[in-house]
Amino acid sequence: MSLLNIFDVTGSAMAAQTVRMNTTASNLANAETTASSPEEAYRARNPVFQTVYRSAFDDASAGVRVTGILPNDTEPQRVYKPGDAMADDDGYVYLSNVNVVDELVNMISASRSYQSSVEVLNTSKELLMRTLSLGQ
Amino acid sequence: MPLDINAIFDTHAKSLALGSQRIGVLAANIANADTPNYKARDIDFKAAMRDAGPEPVRMRGTQPGHFGVGDREQTEVLYRIPDQPSEDGNTVDAQRESAAVAETALRYQASLSFLNMRIRGLKLAITGSR
Repeated sequence: MSLLNIFDVTGSAMAAQTVRMNTTASNLANAETTASSPEEAYRARNPVFQTVYRSAFDDASAGVRVTGILPNDTEPQRVYKPGDAMADDDGYVYLSNVNVVDELVNMISASRSYQSSVEVLNTSKELLMRTLSLGQ
Repeated sequence: MPLDINAIFDTHAKSLALGSQRIGVLAANIANADTPNYKARDIDFKAAMRDAGPEPVRMRGTQPGHFGVGDREQTEVLYRIPDQPSEDGNTVDAQRESAAVAETALRYQASLSFLNMRIRGLKLAITGSR
């Protein structure tokens, strides 16, 4: 039954977009975090999405899965701030490499994708309910 | 004229099956709207309904490897030609997918309405205007 598979597919999409929203939230929360060495600096993390097929025979219902969360490898910015509690011996701190604009764009994209999935879910639910009441 | 109930319901039943399959494919596209290298897919509704017509055109198989035309259980899923391919290799166009879902849902509901009317007509014929 194809309409029931849709719940799995859209459900996986909603779960994946939620993970993306979560990483965006933690990136934005840590945008101003400072550290005393580049290794300790917070690095923006991004989820990696991958298509997952339900079975080899049914390649039409393809859900999505988060295969991993990878850190952004841009070098953290080094700023001279001798008064900062995290400053190293030379008075430098390392900022997180979060790009706030990128994160906001990611957030909007994730929320739009989530909305599309909810819309498809509602449409197929309504079609199923109408099919169930056929002939009554 | 003998009453063939299968013939009465056949076309719309096929349309419902095809519609639910198409919405499944479109849901997969929307789910993978942000997956790199995912290629959007769709089924050709018109061609599939033509194949599913009351008298499907049958090809004669003269070799063991020949395929028939009308004996496919699942309709073939094709790849969509993108209007605007994106940098990450994904070819899903969210607007196009949403429009296709709306259209398919409408077709599905139209078929349901026709089926309901036919069922009502048959019930009326069976019970005799009671």
